[in-house]
Amino acid sequence: MNASEHGFNPAFNMATIKQAINEAVERVRMPTPMRLRDLIRQIRAARTAAEERSVVNKECAYIRSTFREEDSVWRCRNIAKLLYIHMLGYPAHFGQLECLKLIASPRFTDKRIGYLGAMLLLDERQDVHLLITNCLKNDLNSTTQFVVGLALCTLGAIASPEMARDLAAEVERLMKSPNAYIRKKAGLCAFRIIRRVPDLMEIFLPATRSMLSEKNHGVLITGVTLITEMCENSIDTLNHFKKIVPNLVRILKNLILAGYSPEHDVSGVSDPFLQVKILKLLRVLGKNDADASEAMNDILAQVATNTETSKNVGNSILYETVLSIMDIKSESGLRVLAINILGRFLLNNDKNIRYVALNTLLKTVHIDTSAVQRHRSTILECLKDPDVSIRRRAMELSFALVNSQNIRTMMKELLTFLEKSEPEFKAPCSSSIVLAAERYAPNKRWHLDTLLKVLVAAGNYLRDDVISSTIQLISETTSQQAYITLQLWQALSEDKLDKQPLIQVAVWAIGEYGDLVLSATSDDINDMVKPTEEDIIDVYKRLLWSPQNSPTTKQFALMSLTKLSTRFSHTNNKIQQIVSSFSSNLHIELQQRGVEFSQLFGKHSNLRSALLERMPPMEVVRNSSDVQTNGDMDESEDKSNDNSPQHSNNTDTNVLLDLLGGTDSSDLDIIKPSSMPTQPISNNKDLLDLLGGLDLSNPVTTSDTGLGFIMENNNGSLPLDNNDTSNFLMGDILNTNLVNEKHVPTLTAFDKNGLKIVFLLEKVSESNMVSIHLTATNSTISNMTDFLFQAAVPKAFHLQMLSPSGTIISPNGQVTQILRVTNPNKGALRMRIRLSYTIDGALIQEQTEVNNFPTEIWD
Amino acid sequence: MQFMLLFSRQGKLRLQKWYVAHPDKLKKKITRELITTILTRKPKMCSFLEWKDLKVVYKRYASLYFCCAIEQDDNELLTLEVIHRYVELLDKYFGSVCELDIIFNFEKAYFILDELLLGGEIQETSKKNVLKAIAAQDLLQEEETPQGFFEDHGLG
Repeated sequence: MNASEHGFNPAFNMATIKQAINEAVERVRMPTPMRLRDLIRQIRAARTAAEERSVVNKECAYIRSTFREEDSVWRCRNIAKLLYIHMLGYPAHFGQLECLKLIASPRFTDKRIGYLGAMLLLDERQDVHLLITNCLKNDLNSTTQFVVGLALCTLGAIASPEMARDLAAEVERLMKSPNAYIRKKAGLCAFRIIRRVPDLMEIFLPATRSMLSEKNHGVLITGVTLITEMCENSIDTLNHFKKIVPNLVRILKNLILAGYSPEHDVSGVSDPFLQVKILKLLRVLGKNDADASEAMNDILAQVATNTETSKNVGNSILYETVLSIMDIKSESGLRVLAINILGRFLLNNDKNIRYVALNTLLKTVHIDTSAVQRHRSTILECLKDPDVSIRRRAMELSFALVNSQNIRTMMKELLTFLEKSEPEFKAPCSSSIVLAAERYAPNKRWHLDTLLKVLVAAGNYLRDDVISSTIQLISETTSQQAYITLQLWQALSEDKLDKQPLIQVAVWAIGEYGDLVLSATSDDINDMVKPTEEDIIDVYKRLLWSPQNSPTTKQFALMSLTKLSTRFSHTNNKIQQIVSSFSSNLHIELQQRGVEFSQLFGKHSNLRSALLERMPPMEVVRNSSDVQTNGDMDESEDKSNDNSPQHSNNTDTNVLLDLLGGTDSSDLDIIKPSSMPTQPISNNKDLLDLLGGLDLSNPVTTSDTGLGFIMENNNGSLPLDNNDTSNFLMGDILNTNLVNEKHVPTLTAFDKNGLKIVFLLEKVSESNMVSIHLTATNSTISNMTDFLFQAAVPKAFHLQMLSPSGTIISPNGQVTQILRVTNPNKGALRMRIRLSYTIDGALIQEQTEVNNFPTEIWD
Repeated sequence: MQFMLLFSRQGKLRLQKWYVAHPDKLKKKITRELITTILTRKPKMCSFLEWKDLKVVYKRYASLYFCCAIEQDDNELLTLEVIHRYVELLDKYFGSVCELDIIFNFEKAYFILDELLLGGEIQETSKKNVLKAIAAQDLLQEEETPQGFFEDHGLG
């Protein structure tokens, strides 16, 4: 400040002198507080966390004491220090009221720091609303544009619904201010207010419209942002703003055609920020509207072809353009152009651009698969990208592109990917490969080969369902059994990593088809070496003694070895030796098998060959008692241990039957083939059901395998009506004619504050599944938005939720959702539900438990 | 945009701007987890992160990470431009900015951000206008601080 200015401004001069005197008094009264920069230096000089803490605590204590003493001269500095301390993670809430005092001060420095503090220390959850609302109201009427600006900025950051209501009128007034600096800030403030309280939209409408006729880019961009928010909130407003499409097109055209303007240029692109906002608004306006889309086709094509693509900034515009083209009812040529832009993105050196391309392709692949197919090879290339996020996207996209024409080449790439990928990818990737192979396998041998490669490549990261589905496929493909068993044998003897899933499948197959391996023809063998009985027994020894193998794997192996005793000719003694050595095994489940199987070599050897006959081609049909024992088994080893004492109390034969059939041994007919799966295998059949049907075209099996029952753990037997519904995709569940439903009463799960949730229960016949049709109705007079229904059931149940019909419940409107609950144990169902929705800008969360399900639905 | 964080390579928070209302505890938790996640990412990886239900865009400039959580339908590539614009503004204001400038003048860094974004959306696309507004406000502050009388009247 210089002397001449003092001369011209006596009032200001007086004020300054007064202040100086005040301050002199203060200085005498108490020492000057530490400067902000000295505090920062001290804190940074602290060598340990404890040292830092002590500096901070000392200063906080001091700051607190000055707050108590109503010291106004240094308040600003103290708050600034407190804000620094707050950023380090220390509590600073005691400064909240001091911030408000600063805001109320006439000095600009005080206000600037005060508002900064308010934005950092308060948010819309604090209870000082009334105080801050009054401060804001004052400053919104200030004559200094920067004071108004600070107030608008703060309101935009921390507006609560109450503040929004109280100050909406002020903001609307400022949107019409002659000052562009204030107008643009008021525009975004209105944006924030509408986001908090959509009802307040009305009053802003007239002022918003005129923002589009501005020259100032700041005002333009805030106007476009505000309109986009309004259109996304209300259909009426959306329709109202349809007529501005030509205006937007003109603004965009001017931007791309106008020459270089230094003020808004970013690497040769004219105001990318504004361009992107306009493109986004066009997307909102053109969606599902042929006329509006027609009006913007040309400009989108122009932007798509004229934008400079060497830098990120140009690509950000292209990216937004592509999104708009895909979302509106655009011409087909334009769509191809959009997909081709994404194809070019995939080749870009910038990993960020490759990432958005994959992401966008993934979103559009279901709309226009053929266009995306053209870029298949590039997408497969991305599977090798060094960036894990890109690889994940590429994997998802690759699976979306698999079809019966390209299955062979795609699988080759994906199997290579599976082999080299990180553990986190192996489970999802292998399951997706299995699903794709099921859908599109050109023939059985290829399908089996693929599953074998998955077993080898995914190692121990394989999900259990793959084991069971592979076994099922081998079982039903009688013509390939010798071939695949030999292949599995080879993989097993080469496996150095104790891949449990591979071992389990291999020993199962060898146990069932060991004799076929020994007598394999040259067609099955190809160039493989045929093993001898001794070779096989040696490998089994290794498997059974290795500490790396899980008890489950050993159970598989022991069962398989016992089976081999009826398929091999001269190694029975060896087998018997190994089996009986398990009768003293420390693991109780293995021991039990050891004892039981030994009986088959001694007292009951006449039963052996009949009992150990080859399994008939598998069917998924089983009676419910099977599932209960076996279901427990594969959940955890402990549980099966709990079961075993009960087994050993029975007589010998019963134990055997028990093992082979299920708990209800007395009811079992031992000759009926479908009810005597061996235990490890029936374990897997459980999982088979989970996975769903395999390829059902094989005439040998009853063709209703699994079908719609993908997600359920069905223990009810399926009707054997041979319908040829071989497509087992999730969506078809309800359409399957296997599912006959019988109605049971409705129940009200929730009824509070105008939100009512009613469950309509339907038993899916011949299964233990109940489908719950949920209807949520809104009897208030406001919209409920962001409606989210969550539910949880005890572990013994299985819950599947389909997506809801919407997330917004209008007054008297409704949202529906389907839930499916599977109850294998027929227990009483309890369900915990959590609801959240936003009404009048307030987020409501509710939680409750529903216990009053009628038990008869499970009968 | 839901929030913006600036933090150092050592994981120290240098600036935080929240445009959504979360309790302090949650903010701290998000900040801590996000910083750890981003610092463990390799330089070869892309700048985008799907973190919980957020889309996170980050970029490193010298020793500082700039990190934004954006809405689902926001443009990731443009967010990189927003970050870059903010860096350019800091650079112009401080004159080849470094981390220390932002540590010792953190309030200025906030003021600049508040002239670029409001409520999480861009309010001004002209660098010149942002800097002009900041300079004018700095001048207002200077004028009312009687430097001639007591040298350390300001924030110091």
